[in-house]
Amino acid sequence: MIKTIISEGLPVDEQLLIRKKIVQNGTGQKRICIVTGTHGDELEGQYVCFELIRRLNENIQFLDGTVEVYPALNPLGVDSVTRGIPTFDLDMNRIFPGDPNGHLIEHTAYEIIQDLRGADMVIDIHASNIFLREMPQARINVKMSRKLIPYAKMLNIDFIWIHDAATVLESTLAHSLNVIKTPTIVVEMGIGMRITRDYGNRLVDGIFNMMKKMKMWSGTVSKDISHPMLSTTGKVCFMNAEASGIIIPSVSHSVDVKKGDLLCQIVDPFEGVILQNVLSPVDGTVFTLRTYPVVYEGSLIARIFSKTPCHDSL
Amino acid sequence: MKQEILFQMKSPYRDDFKIQGFRFGEGEKSVAIVGAMRGDEIQQQFTCSQVVKNLIELENEGRILPGHEILVIPSANHFSMNINKRFWAMDNTDINRMFPGYDKGETTQRIASALFEQVRGFKYGIQLASFYMPGEFIPHVRMMDTGFQNTKLAKKFGLPYVLIRKPKPYDTTVLNYNWQVFDTQAFSIYSGDTDTINKESAKIAWLSILRFLNSMKIIDNNIHDGYNSCVLSDQDLKTIKSNQAGILYSLRGAKDEVKEGDLLAKILDPFTGAVRSEIFSPVDGTIFFAHDKPLIHQNTVMYKIVRF
Repeated sequence: MIKTIISEGLPVDEQLLIRKKIVQNGTGQKRICIVTGTHGDELEGQYVCFELIRRLNENIQFLDGTVEVYPALNPLGVDSVTRGIPTFDLDMNRIFPGDPNGHLIEHTAYEIIQDLRGADMVIDIHASNIFLREMPQARINVKMSRKLIPYAKMLNIDFIWIHDAATVLESTLAHSLNVIKTPTIVVEMGIGMRITRDYGNRLVDGIFNMMKKMKMWSGTVSKDISHPMLSTTGKVCFMNAEASGIIIPSVSHSVDVKKGDLLCQIVDPFEGVILQNVLSPVDGTVFTLRTYPVVYEGSLIARIFSKTPCHDSL
Repeated sequence: MKQEILFQMKSPYRDDFKIQGFRFGEGEKSVAIVGAMRGDEIQQQFTCSQVVKNLIELENEGRILPGHEILVIPSANHFSMNINKRFWAMDNTDINRMFPGYDKGETTQRIASALFEQVRGFKYGIQLASFYMPGEFIPHVRMMDTGFQNTKLAKKFGLPYVLIRKPKPYDTTVLNYNWQVFDTQAFSIYSGDTDTINKESAKIAWLSILRFLNSMKIIDNNIHDGYNSCVLSDQDLKTIKSNQAGILYSLRGAKDEVKEGDLLAKILDPFTGAVRSEIFSPVDGTIFFAHDKPLIHQNTVMYKIVRF
């Protein structure tokens, strides 16, 4: 069943529609929700929604509970290649828990929270942006980590990043749900405006694995579930461009590097000179890597997870 | 006046990005004024340029009082303004959501850090701001309720209203909030427009800044006292939302005084022109904010009215 949770008029002959697919079977009361498409340029979650529903439809007899899939919380953005909400200035993932008396979009955010409230688990899928490629990873606020890490480990991802509590992040969907006791894990993977099928399949395997452990799924699940690195066992090192120019990469994404390895060069095509050799400051795993070639001073180039301390790390 | 480059960054192919500052007087760091931080804040840039123009004249006449330093930064994002973008030209991030900034972080974090380094430590901070909803405002001073705000000072701008609002989590990364946290009395001036120049409301804004500087004995520039500002909070504003979508036919705008039952606007069917909805004022009051785009979504804020 497809249910419309938001229907608001747009000026000319169109409704702003936010819809969810409800897949239900058996008598189980457990409910998980898969949400994505908050940022209209992050499309990795589209494949996850498709593949999850496809597999559920083919083996519905093994489901005992409810799976709700929200493919596009920002349908205007997804359908118009727009990261934010067209006509609205604020990042949708900075206006939760919303406001029932606020602007249309703030009201929409409020209704989304009400609809998700009470789920046994929410997976909020993001896909970085058009500049950076991310290894499949969960991002969890340190305050929620004790409860959420065991679930994140079920998701067949490579990395769990426990981040500090920042006030600005209190206005995200995940934080807003977690504070009302609706457990929510943010998954980041892949890159904006593209679909990485392998990552999508892995996460779907992970979701079924999680459902099995939650006793919502009695069918077979992948036996090849990965054991993610946990950020608290090391450090995350950030590398930012110190020159404006064009990046020529020297390593691939998700590889292990040694301290001093060349990650990329920032070059000046006018002069034919190298402006910066970007070297790894540590031994570690490149879990974020810039793919968009044009950089300004400060543009994020890579994040490396290292089990040894590094300069400028979080 | 000393014109200085406060921050400079190379671009792959464009001209260098520079933030320019205009420094007046010497002595205590009295007031920092920041204009456009978003590329569509043309009104804010224009207003700031008029502040600079007036301060140059005042300085030439010896009317900037001794012991005070004034720093004006008319533009912190002309890379976006020059190509008609609101947010940072490269990655669409908002400089005014990056404060206090981080000098080793991403580009807009570095810009925010460099800007904040220049404007922190001043006794007063004034930002010419714009709003995230399209519309026209009554000129007013806006302050965040951080516990550090001083409404008596805000009234010295002589604008009709001072609005105090509770910060939301995303507000903690804007300039105004961080100024206050770092001991600067911070004021955001809303002159009513953003991407067009309204000379009348811009003049109200720049005169209010000169009035404040005069009142704080930073300049010698006697002008009329302006309004005895009314101090408001969000709860003092009656919000009217659209119950239909369509073409907006506005009959009343910001600054208008209205009576309960007055017709404020009609929402028209975009195909037939039929009236889908008539919007009436639920209270007697003054229109503080009015949506001013020709199309309106359903369930969108159309008006905010200050009750009499």
